[in-house]
Amino acid sequence: MAIDQSNEAPVRTVSKRELFLGFLKIGLLGFGGIAPWARHVIVEERRWLNEKEFASVLGIGQILPGPNTMNAAVLIGDRFQGIVGVVLCLVGQMALPLVIVTVLGVIYERFAAIQEVQAGLAGAAAGAAGLVLGTAVKMARKLKPTPLALAISLLAFGAVGLLEWPLPLVVAVLVPIAIAAAAIDGRA
Amino acid sequence: MLDLLLQIARVFAVLSLVSIGGANAVLPEIRRQVVVQGWMSDSAFANVFAISHAAPGPNIIMVSLVGWQLAGIGGLLVATLAIMTPSCILAFVVGRVIARWSERRWTRLLREGLIPLALGLILASGLSMMRMADHGAITLIISLGTAAFVVVSRRNPLWAIAAGTAANIVMLQVT
Repeated sequence: MAIDQSNEAPVRTVSKRELFLGFLKIGLLGFGGIAPWARHVIVEERRWLNEKEFASVLGIGQILPGPNTMNAAVLIGDRFQGIVGVVLCLVGQMALPLVIVTVLGVIYERFAAIQEVQAGLAGAAAGAAGLVLGTAVKMARKLKPTPLALAISLLAFGAVGLLEWPLPLVVAVLVPIAIAAAAIDGRA
Repeated sequence: MLDLLLQIARVFAVLSLVSIGGANAVLPEIRRQVVVQGWMSDSAFANVFAISHAAPGPNIIMVSLVGWQLAGIGGLLVATLAIMTPSCILAFVVGRVIARWSERRWTRLLREGLIPLALGLILASGLSMMRMADHGAITLIISLGTAAFVVVSRRNPLWAIAAGTAANIVMLQVT
């Protein structure tokens, strides 16, 4: 992938406090999937990682079991502050969502039937879907993938998004192909 | 009670290690376990699914909610820790291995190679979320409008989501 200004490595350290507060924000905002919010806070707002580093961390998080963003939180926490950083990132990411989901669980029965609530939730869900789509497009523009890398992206998208094949199978098949493609391109 | 907590811990700790792709990938298995163990009815689980999608946070939070409904705050904590700990420890170890050999060609190839894969999978999850959220023309416009906002603007995407939420409520009144 070509290197442009947005892909230059931000050389910086991130304190324990910054990690915790950053992931607290990501957890609180992370409606409809955390990845776009994690990218917004980590790449655009606080510049802990550049576009390419973030995509790479997310990619590693994706092929491991568990939510990709939770694995990314582990990798990012360890990178900046070791094992304490890992715990801070994970607690930060989970604390507010756990409180909110419990409160929603208590009030759900009472409000679920209200039409305005349903419409609001449907609107928010549609917006969250758009957020994920837009984030993918934005990342693609900044990463400037080679034709071969783009082909890998489209294969993954087609298999999981269009054909709805099981993710573990697609990952198992595509990871070796993706690595071979990187080697052919001379990307590493 | 202790038996129940141990059972919760065992079921979700195993699921943690097979959940490549997060909760969406193992959703059928979570549902099967919860219903088969006799913990919840199908409709109660459907409620848990709906609530967890209205909340922020990683989607495995649905597991926390199952724990909470079964055994209160203790169940919530046990379920959350059980689903998180095994996969997080694995990620930690793999991350250290990759960092340790970060200058080797195979780790660089791995990191480079996975970037396009991550990109394609985000795009795929956006599409599948759009399918789930699709209730007609208005929700489609909200999705595409939010996507456009994110692409052109560095502002907080919350603005676009709030606008979409409001728009859908307003359309309810109008139509």
